[in-house]
Amino acid sequence: MTQELIDTNVYIGPWPTRRVPGDDSAALTEMLRGHGVTQAWAGSFDSLLHKDIAGVNARLAQACAASGGLLVPFGAINPALPQWEDDVRRCAEEHRMPGIRLHPNYHGYALDDPRFTALLQAAADRKLLVQIAITMEDERMMHPLMQVPHVDVLPLPDLLAVHPGLRVVLLNAFRGVPMPLVQRLAETKQVCFDLAWLEGAAGLEVLKKQIPLERVLFGSYAPLFYFASSWLKLAESPLSETERAALMCNNAAGLLAAP
Amino acid sequence: MEIWDGHCHLSGYAGTPDERVGKLVALADRMGVDRLCIFMGANFHYDPTPEEMRAANDEVLDGLRNWHHHAFGFVYLNPNHLDASLAEFARCVEQGPMVAIKLWVAQHCDSPDVDAIVTRAAAAKAPIFQHTWQKITGNLPGESTAEELARLAARHPEATFICGHAGGDWENGIRAIRPHANVYADLGGGDPTAGFTEMAVRELGAERVIFGSDIPGRSYASQLAKVYGAQITEEAKRLIFSENLKRLLTPILKLKGVPVY
Ligand SMILES: [Zn+2]
Repeated sequence: MTQELIDTNVYIGPWPTRRVPGDDSAALTEMLRGHGVTQAWAGSFDSLLHKDIAGVNARLAQACAASGGLLVPFGAINPALPQWEDDVRRCAEEHRMPGIRLHPNYHGYALDDPRFTALLQAAADRKLLVQIAITMEDERMMHPLMQVPHVDVLPLPDLLAVHPGLRVVLLNAFRGVPMPLVQRLAETKQVCFDLAWLEGAAGLEVLKKQIPLERVLFGSYAPLFYFASSWLKLAESPLSETERAALMCNNAAGLLAAP
Repeated sequence: MEIWDGHCHLSGYAGTPDERVGKLVALADRMGVDRLCIFMGANFHYDPTPEEMRAANDEVLDGLRNWHHHAFGFVYLNPNHLDASLAEFARCVEQGPMVAIKLWVAQHCDSPDVDAIVTRAAAAKAPIFQHTWQKITGNLPGESTAEELARLAARHPEATFICGHAGGDWENGIRAIRPHANVYADLGGGDPTAGFTEMAVRELGAERVIFGSDIPGRSYASQLAKVYGAQITEEAKRLIFSENLKRLLTPILKLKGVPVY
């Protein structure tokens, strides 16, 4: 049997300031399949700046449905918009999404905002997995009209203590979250990290001395990043077969299976 | 495919320079990288004193000793200390084993202080690797942009330049160096953003694009992905991975009696 590969960090649609190969969902699906991906958790780049989030999520659901089961939609919620609670409902009930993907920095709220607390409560009530994208682009490279800070996740450990059943995945975390905080979040056993933004020579070998690999998920950040970047990280560090399988699929599959 | 890495450092690892180069070479072997160009010591000084410059280059010289023909050294110079820099160039390149120059962020590279260094480099057939980054968050006081390098290169058509990080903000940097055939783009050190390599090849031609990793601060995975993952021809990948850098270094390697295959 061939090895499953779950990519927990892909996006459909065009990045706001650049066209890249694979930024239409048919091409993305084909590219991911070509690399052996068996399931990819998808958000939408439209969700960063669009205000009609319900429309963005409907299109995301449609694109995923057209992917033959490869793309799994993670809808966007912007708790700064009126009636955001209904977007949560639609994600869960109408689109049957297993989780949501948040961009607090692009939507202009901090994690100590009461609206974020309410959003976590809504996600916990509906047993939705919560992905938070920490960084979308190197801050030195941003468009002058779109300079966005990393998400500050310092309030997260206390918020998670209130919802012991809640599971959170931090995407693109390793540039913007300092390692001591990564370690503190990993200790809660409620937070995982994808490896798209992991850097440094033999990054996984270094990382596994800092946090347990059961907290780490494969994520490519395709199509904005070359898919090969995350894929080659699995080759750059010596890993046991068990560790490889955990990174490639078991850790992620466990999150979706969680009660 | 043969791979030459034009951008490696000794920082980030513990141990003697020899041990640190050993670690880089072991990682390079694991990832299929054949030759390494190494510059700067364990500590990076923005505006090194002559003593700090010599100490950094001594580390590299020390590190290269047991890795001949597998690792090459670029001498780290500071145009703010011109006499000391020229003496260091003589010691490490003209009379030593190093094959190119590294300039970082001490002084803007279009400053007249850099001209004497470039003239000496060209005479010795040593390419100049100039760090460039145009940051929307603000540059360091002496940090160069690709446009500044373009101005320097226009004054010195006889010299060869490598534009470090392709300007950092590569969509800008690639445009800035485009008219200057003596400037090559280094792919190293930034994120593996899709389209980077494709744009460099489209605008400069694959003959002017060079693979570099900036390890150990960056991963080989993210940097190799820029070439392996790019939608370019296999011939373009071969040029970027090894042929271009080999072509740039062949004249000085020949002068030094290093065989190039
Ligand atoms: Zn560097």
